[in-house]
Amino acid sequence: MKKIQDCKLKNMRYLNDDTYIIELSMPVMPEKIESGNFAEIRVDKTADVFLRRPFSVYDVNYKDNTISFFIKTIGKGTQLLSQLQEGENVNIIYPLGNSFSKIENTKTLVIGGGSGIAPLILLGKELKEKGSKVVYLLGARTENDIHLVEEFETYGEVLITTEDGSLGEKGRVTDHSIWNKISSFDKIYTCGPDPMMHAIGKIAKEHNIECEVSLENTMACGFGACLCCVTATHNGNKCACTEGPVFNVKDLKW
Amino acid sequence: MVDLKVKVDKLEFKNPVTAASGTFGFGEEFADFMDLNDLGGIFVKGLTLHNREGNDYPRMAETPAGMLNAVGLQNKGVDYFINTIYPRIKHWDTEIFPNVNGSIIEDYIEVTEKLNEVESINAIELNISCPNVKEGGMAFGVNCASAITVTEAIRKAYDKTLIVKLSPNVTDITEIAKGVEGAGADAVSLVNTFLGMAIDAKTRKPILSTITGGLSGPAIKPIALRMVWQVYNAVKIPIIGMGGIMNATDAIEFMLAGSSAIQIGTANFIDPQVCIKVIDGIKEYMLEHRVEKISDLIGAMEV
Repeated sequence: MKKIQDCKLKNMRYLNDDTYIIELSMPVMPEKIESGNFAEIRVDKTADVFLRRPFSVYDVNYKDNTISFFIKTIGKGTQLLSQLQEGENVNIIYPLGNSFSKIENTKTLVIGGGSGIAPLILLGKELKEKGSKVVYLLGARTENDIHLVEEFETYGEVLITTEDGSLGEKGRVTDHSIWNKISSFDKIYTCGPDPMMHAIGKIAKEHNIECEVSLENTMACGFGACLCCVTATHNGNKCACTEGPVFNVKDLKW
Repeated sequence: MVDLKVKVDKLEFKNPVTAASGTFGFGEEFADFMDLNDLGGIFVKGLTLHNREGNDYPRMAETPAGMLNAVGLQNKGVDYFINTIYPRIKHWDTEIFPNVNGSIIEDYIEVTEKLNEVESINAIELNISCPNVKEGGMAFGVNCASAITVTEAIRKAYDKTLIVKLSPNVTDITEIAKGVEGAGADAVSLVNTFLGMAIDAKTRKPILSTITGGLSGPAIKPIALRMVWQVYNAVKIPIIGMGGIMNATDAIEFMLAGSSAIQIGTANFIDPQVCIKVIDGIKEYMLEHRVEKISDLIGAMEV
C-alpha cells in the first residue's frame, strides 16, 4: 500500500562534491520495497522547487526502520536535499512504481550509469538470493564518479568504464570488452541516462537478450494521477510511475 | 457543529471541496491516502468519445510556484469509463462528475448522451477550455459564439446539471460566462489552466513536446481569484472556483470571491491528502470566525 510518511534525516553521507546518500528513519517498519521501487520526496522549500522529486530506493532496513536514497545533485531540488540537516523532517510518498523482475538461476549483466546505479545494489541482492549470477558494469566520466564499488562487489563481479580511462576500461559502458561475451548472459538490467539505456537496449535487441530498463521520466505526482511521465509502448502510452519505471525494452517504441 | 453543505444548481454537496479534473485520476489513485467518501465531489479525468493517447512526452515542466502540463486528454474513451471504471467507483458516497471533451460538437454530444443515461451521475462538466489539444478543446471556449453553440447543443443532450468549465485565456471571461449562462449552463467552473511555455536555455529547445502547455498551481491564484469575482458579479448561476488552491485559506478566499464550491487541482500532486486537510481547515476557520453555515461565505467579500 502506498503511504505518505514523515521521516527524519538520520544520516547524510557525501560520496563526492555532488553525490550523496541520505538515510531517513521512520517511526514504523517500512513497507516492503523491491528494487526499482521509488519514493517521491517533498522538497518544496522555495517557490521554484514546487513538486516532489522522485528517487529510486537505494536501500531499506526493516530492523532499523530506515530507507536510503543515492542522489546526484543535478538541479535546485537535489541541491536543496543535499543541504538537509540531521534530524530534519522529510516527507515521502512510497513505495511507488513496479520493480525489476527477479529471475532465478541465470546469468545477468546489470549496467548502471550516473545516478542510475541507485536501485542496482538492491537488485543485485535480490538476484543473488534467487541464485542468479550478477556481473555489474558501471560507467562514468571519471574515477571520481564511480561509487560504492565495494558494496556492488558483495553481490557480483564489478566491471568499470570511464570516459577518460582513469578507472577500468576507457570509453562508455557500450565500449566495454564484456560485450564480446554477451551471448553468455541471459538477461540485461540497466538504469542510467536515456542515451545510454537506448544504446544498451539496441544491442540487447540485436543479440536477442531480454533487457529491462528503469526510466527516469519527469513526473508531477508519481502515483498515476497527472499522466505526465508517459513513455510510448507498443500498447499505447504508459505511465512510468505506475506501469514502470521498469520496462522490458521489447515493449517500448525505442 | 458547523454546516458545510453547499448547493450547486439542484445538487447538494456535503462540503464545498472537490477534486479538479485531470489531477485526481478516477479517484482510485488516491484511495490509499484518504477516505474518498469525505469529499464533496470528484471531477474525474477528461473523457472523449474514443480512446486518446494524448501528447508525446515530455508533458510537464515545473515552473515557479506551479507547473505546465501538456497531457492532451489521454483517456480510454467514454464507453470504457461507463462500463469499466464507473462500476468500480460509484459506491463512494461522493458526487462523481465526468469531464466531457470533444474535437467537434458531434463528439461532445455523443459523449454527453452516453453519460445522460448513467442514472447515478448527477452532473457533467463540459470542458471547452483544454489548452492542450489541437482541435476542439479551448477553441470552443475562447470565442463567445462557439462557447454558446456548444453549450446549447449539450444543454439539449443533457437533462441533469450542466457545469461549463471556462478558459482564462480570453479578453473578458465575463462575456463567455454570460454567454454560456444564456445558453443553458446551470453552473460554471473556472479557471482552467493558463496557456504558457517553458524553454531550456541550455539546449535552446522547448521543454514540452507541444511547445506550449497549461499553467497551474499557486502562481495563477491571484488571477483566478480575480476572474471568479468578476464572473460572480456578472452571472446568477453558481460558480465552482479553482486556480492554485493549496490550503483552506485559499479555499475560503475563493468562496468569499463568489464560489459556491471549489476544486483542488495541482496541490493533489504534492500532497495527496490535501483535499481532506482543506476540509478540516475550513471547519477550523468556521469555528474560529463563528461561521455556522459555509454557504454564508459565498461572495461575502466585504468591500
